[in-house]
Amino acid sequence: MIPYALGFAIGCFALALALNLWQVTRAREVPDRVLALDTMVINVIALLVLYGIAAGTGIYFEVALLFALTGFLSTVAYAKYLLRGDVIE
Amino acid sequence: MIAEIVITALLVIAGVFGLVGSWGLVKLPELMTRLHAPTKATTVGVGAVLVASMAEHWRTGGGISFHELLITLFLFLTAPVTAHFIAKAHLHRKVAPAELPATASGVPWAGQDGARPAGAPGAASAADRP
Repeated sequence: MIPYALGFAIGCFALALALNLWQVTRAREVPDRVLALDTMVINVIALLVLYGIAAGTGIYFEVALLFALTGFLSTVAYAKYLLRGDVIE
Repeated sequence: MIAEIVITALLVIAGVFGLVGSWGLVKLPELMTRLHAPTKATTVGVGAVLVASMAEHWRTGGGISFHELLITLFLFLTAPVTAHFIAKAHLHRKVAPAELPATASGVPWAGQDGARPAGAPGAASAADRP
């Protein structure tokens, strides 16, 4: 039962990732694009954890944690740059 | 058996919420409404995936692992912060100060108090300069 649910969840998040990519290409404004990229990072974290469940190893949690950190930092850096014209003042 | 059912339900819920979040990102009409979809639905989706991962680790006899809880906590803390920052950037670039309701304290809205970017509504144009 769990393998089918895993396949369903992986399919859903893969489709979500494709939708995000489409949103990145069609967005008109820069904050819109940043939002789509941030959502992509969150979906990739979900995919990594799902792959970790499927593979039965715990090593992907560290990867997911690093992804969460860099995704948050990059989004904040983008927004800061849009707001101030500079990342670190 | 019950653990399997719970994990399966969590995974299905996670997939549906993740898809709804990204579909909302594509479908909703403008940035301020679009912010809702990824910051709420997708966060719940990822949270459900991580809880499912914890339960699976426990079911396969590895004890409860707290790494997933760390990721969940981090995501739940950072999603509102990123949404706030993106909304601030949007207000700064696209919304004129006159269009916003007054704040309670008399201090202008965040992102509206400094120089406006070129091309933003309310920005000083070249003709205004002395």
